Amino acid sequence: MRDFAYARAGTAESAVGTLGDAGTSVIAGGTELLNWFRLGIAAADRVVDIGGLDELRGIDRDGDDLRIGALATLNEIGEHPLVTEMAGALASACLQAASAQVRNRATIGGNVLQRTRCPYFRAEEPLPWPCNKRDPGSGCTSLAGRHERQAIFGWTPDCVAVQPSDPAVALAALDARAEVLGPAGPRTIPMREFHLTQREAAVLGEPMRENRLGPDELITGYRLPASTDGQAYIKVRERASYEYALVSAAAAVRLAGARAAGAREQGAAGAREQRIAAARVALGSVAQRPWRLAGAEAELPGTPLTREALTPVIERAMADAVPLPQNGFKVTMARNAAVRALLAAGGAS
Amino acid sequence: MTLDFARRVEVALRLNGRDLTTVVSPRTTLLDWLRDDIGLTGAKKGCNEGACGTCTVLVDGHRMNGCLTLVVQCAGRAVTTVEGLAGADGELHPVQRAFASCDAFQCGYCTPGQLLSAVACIAEGHATDDASVREWMSGNICRCSAYPQITAAVLAAAHGQGQR
Repeated sequence: MRDFAYARAGTAESAVGTLGDAGTSVIAGGTELLNWFRLGIAAADRVVDIGGLDELRGIDRDGDDLRIGALATLNEIGEHPLVTEMAGALASACLQAASAQVRNRATIGGNVLQRTRCPYFRAEEPLPWPCNKRDPGSGCTSLAGRHERQAIFGWTPDCVAVQPSDPAVALAALDARAEVLGPAGPRTIPMREFHLTQREAAVLGEPMRENRLGPDELITGYRLPASTDGQAYIKVRERASYEYALVSAAAAVRLAGARAAGAREQGAAGAREQRIAAARVALGSVAQRPWRLAGAEAELPGTPLTREALTPVIERAMADAVPLPQNGFKVTMARNAAVRALLAAGGAS
Repeated sequence: MTLDFARRVEVALRLNGRDLTTVVSPRTTLLDWLRDDIGLTGAKKGCNEGACGTCTVLVDGHRMNGCLTLVVQCAGRAVTTVEGLAGADGELHPVQRAFASCDAFQCGYCTPGQLLSAVACIAEGHATDDASVREWMSGNICRCSAYPQITAAVLAAAHGQGQR
């Protein structure tokens, strides 16, 4: 592993103070950084450890918000009663990520900063093939090679990678805001805008940039607005556990009115009468950022909570998908995941 | 405020019930330190990237991948390896006895990691039924595919059947 010098931060401010030097990386859990050092993805000479900062810990209700500290681990979030109650999609996404022992180390601050699982990107240096993320200007081997797990939205010929985080999809769907500390003080970044597609990054003039966090900024926590919406996170993968998503979907649904008395007796007939009052839905692993289906969200109020009614709404909202030659299946799979997530969030499955 | 970055760091921790102080290069993983510096080779180096679980150890009772943990991140913490599971008199831990009685291994390479993961899985309250054990033990790969026996052993230990 790459050699580096190490310091423990005593405060978040002191950690941020070291980040003006481009050769300094933050470590919290370390589940990504250590592998980056092994592969040659990160080139830091100094590592500042924020793992001892109690100010970045904790999961609490703060007024109408749920606040989650950046050092909360995925297992802590997934099993915390406040998260289960107020942000069920996030709890579910955390527990469907990685393995029990990785979730005990991985923090929610670092999780959204994980890099793509593209196998051409995740190779040990010296890289035997071109990759614009590893060697800007060298080209994208995946576009001409294997790309069945890559993007169907927002990609460019320079890079077709997707962001693999599960929690990020839930955070985007639930309108979470990241709390960020930089040299000029704190600010917030809405999680539905935190990550950048390759196309958005190109417009910014930084084609390989992956998110809006500044190089000298630190994520200190997240705020989620209170919600009583039913929620769900659906993860579609090639094995039942401990695998990255092929696609995923997070949804939050509020139904119109309470279920009519006697609906239980009416069984399926009662369920069919349920209509959506408001819904939020985001797809995962289809782009370099969580993909909110804004078009569907505008159309869903008044829509019956049935597969037949929801499917065409999602299809219309995904009409701008541009699949690659090998990943057309993802369009259908993501559509079905979104429908399943909405049905589950509404209590219909 | 400036921080002092060091290339050698003194770390005090507790290993299998014994307090000790060590000086390490910051990049030293808990796994490499246990195997190469301390000579405890129970934790295995399988994938060295957090994918296989053979290096699973307990840190303050929580299971973690030794290959994804730096020694410097263990300052002030209690680390337990498979060598620390048995009693001082050599009496096996109930989870070890359950693995033996359920024949929960073939080659045995993954067993130290499976044992520590199982101890934590039971303590967490996740060893309730077959499906829950399979989900919460999914971070430990067994290439001999002894999963049915491992699942049975975890449930047996959870239900006290590994007790003497």
